[in-house]
Amino acid sequence: MEKDTKPSGALSRREFITGMTITLAAAGAGVAALSPLSGAEETPSLDAFLQQHYKRLTVAEKKAIFARLEAEIRSTYGVKAAIADPPPMDGVEFAYALNIGRCIGCRKCVYACMQENNQSRDPQIQYIRVLKMKKEGRGIDLQSAVHDYPQNEAADPDYYYMPVQCQQCKNPPCVKVCPVHATWQEPDGIVVIDYNWCIGCRYCEAACPYHARRFNFTRPHIAPEEINPHMAYLSNRPRYMGVMEKCTFCLQRTRVGRYPACAEVCPTGARKFGNLNDPQSEIRKIIENERVYVLKEDLGTVPKFYYVLAK
Amino acid sequence: MIQFLLHGFRSVFHGSRAYWLWVSALLILVLVGLNAYARQLAHGLFTTGMGDEVSWGLYIANFVFLVGMAAAAVMVVIPAYIFKDREMHKVVIFSELFAVAAMIMCMAFITVDLGRPDRLWHLVPVIGHFNWPGSMLTWDVIVLNGYLFLNLYVCIYFLYTAFHGHVPRQGLYLPVIFVSIAWAFSIHTVTAFLFQGLGGRPFWNSGLIAPRFLASAFAAGPAFMILVFTILKRLQAIAFESTVIDKVRVIVTVSLLINIFLAGSELFADLYANSAEAIHISLLFGLHGESLLAPWIWAALGMNVLAALILLSPVRRQPLALMASCSMIIIGVWIEKGLGFVVPAFIPSTLGDFVQYVPSANEVLICIGIWAFGLLLYTLFLKGAIPIVNRTEIHPD
Ligand code: SF4
Repeated sequence: MEKDTKPSGALSRREFITGMTITLAAAGAGVAALSPLSGAEETPSLDAFLQQHYKRLTVAEKKAIFARLEAEIRSTYGVKAAIADPPPMDGVEFAYALNIGRCIGCRKCVYACMQENNQSRDPQIQYIRVLKMKKEGRGIDLQSAVHDYPQNEAADPDYYYMPVQCQQCKNPPCVKVCPVHATWQEPDGIVVIDYNWCIGCRYCEAACPYHARRFNFTRPHIAPEEINPHMAYLSNRPRYMGVMEKCTFCLQRTRVGRYPACAEVCPTGARKFGNLNDPQSEIRKIIENERVYVLKEDLGTVPKFYYVLAK
Repeated sequence: MIQFLLHGFRSVFHGSRAYWLWVSALLILVLVGLNAYARQLAHGLFTTGMGDEVSWGLYIANFVFLVGMAAAAVMVVIPAYIFKDREMHKVVIFSELFAVAAMIMCMAFITVDLGRPDRLWHLVPVIGHFNWPGSMLTWDVIVLNGYLFLNLYVCIYFLYTAFHGHVPRQGLYLPVIFVSIAWAFSIHTVTAFLFQGLGGRPFWNSGLIAPRFLASAFAAGPAFMILVFTILKRLQAIAFESTVIDKVRVIVTVSLLINIFLAGSELFADLYANSAEAIHISLLFGLHGESLLAPWIWAALGMNVLAALILLSPVRRQPLALMASCSMIIIGVWIEKGLGFVVPAFIPSTLGDFVQYVPSANEVLICIGIWAFGLLLYTLFLKGAIPIVNRTEIHPD
């Protein structure tokens, strides 16, 4: 750079032409640089782009959106799906109890969950992670646990198998940190995500102490024949690229009186699910009478996912 | 105003061969980065090295580093305005311009980290659904934009009045400068709170994070300004007395020592308590013998200590030694913030899993592109501002 004391001398013609040529060349190169965009996996439609937050939608708007989503599913997967929006039931607060004395680590829950909730199969997204830990020695110790043990190493009596999934905390750190309210807690205690509102910042994933949230790093892939057509807007409808997802206690089932897929499939009866507000419920009996613990109690997240140590 | 803009435009297109080479090189890197970003937009963040275990990587690391660099602009502003240092006044505008460029880079790094940049408008208060005051990220959006705005205002106001040969009116800039000094602390503090408030990540959940952020930023930022001032002086673009460099150097030295002290203090707590989660130690020595980070952390620590030794010894008066130690500080702090701060919190994961993170080539290209973009902006800012600044030097009103 020369000494710039007299820059206000008029721009010469040559300089002007050079400058313009460079600017134009840069603009052209910019367009060329953007060419990979033409192979984009997903491009949002204008309606999707303008869609408002779930809680700000009127009933009529919801109806139109659900119809649009159903049409999208039909065109991408060739599947006729129905998107429902079951409301939380009055006076119900869901909770889960898992007896690690019974769990044999067969991972049937992991796969039942995937099927029920239309998670991506490629890359594979799982909500439940089964940790295998030696009974003798350090006991329930996360850092000594393995989760990728081969299937034939399940049901080893020397080990605990502790499945971890969303703990549906009463004080969910993920909800607190979300900058756009894309994730929130429903009146029945279930933490949900609006997949059309999440901006994909992954702050909630950093905040979650239980590794419960999953991000769609690319477009989810599911074979059409594996799609579960019974969907709900806030839970198992297909997800987009670049958004967060998580376990919703299968609200498409549990809000209409069924059990979550993981609880239903468990062959040992290790999984119990129910209404925390009902003093007669099985879940209340377990919490009141058994030895239960919650994960990372000291963090003050108050999980509603209880682990039971019983036979 | 039109004249003012035209002048800037003219200065920018008016330069030596070296200037054009530098600008074109940066432009090419910007385009390479843009191309990489287009690929990421098309195929998702899958194209990065991040995953559900290490879910933040280079982008957030660079973001954190640059917030610090931007905040550090005040370390030149404070002596200029609070201690009324005349020589400092000559260069202060260059550090404010850097704050603007750094802020823009910060926002670019956040944007490329988003899975859905098309939904950025959800973050706009009123039309979006702004989770304020709950989410620290919304605080960050406010303070970063505010800081950008404040610095932009000060820069434009000064250059504009200088261009027209007016004397800047105190009432129109002094209050803004004082606000921006306080604001600078807030941007780095809020950015630290973003991390240190997360109970689920013990590595971040320490009250020392914010002070460490400030100390390291106040070392690296002014170190960068020393480099810029020295280079510009060498190029004979600007003139100032060497006391400026001496003063900034003192700031760098003190901040660096505080930074090393704070890091040592955290390390001691872990070493002595021998806690099960002895996180910092695991970083240094590679817990379970599988840390890819350990050599980097050692390098960062080594560079910081070496730079401190140079700055404390008489060789510091040698321009070359000073430049070398400034470069070491910048690189050292960059590593400390990225590989030494953002990434380690994810290793082990919250369920005790050791998944290592290696950034992908595409991710690195995007980072290089944003850096090139920021430096390009800064170069153009300087190119436009220097003639105006020099003119008022020569014909003071
Ligand atoms: S990733 Fe989505 S849900 Fe999670 S914090 Fe960011 S915007 Fe909210």
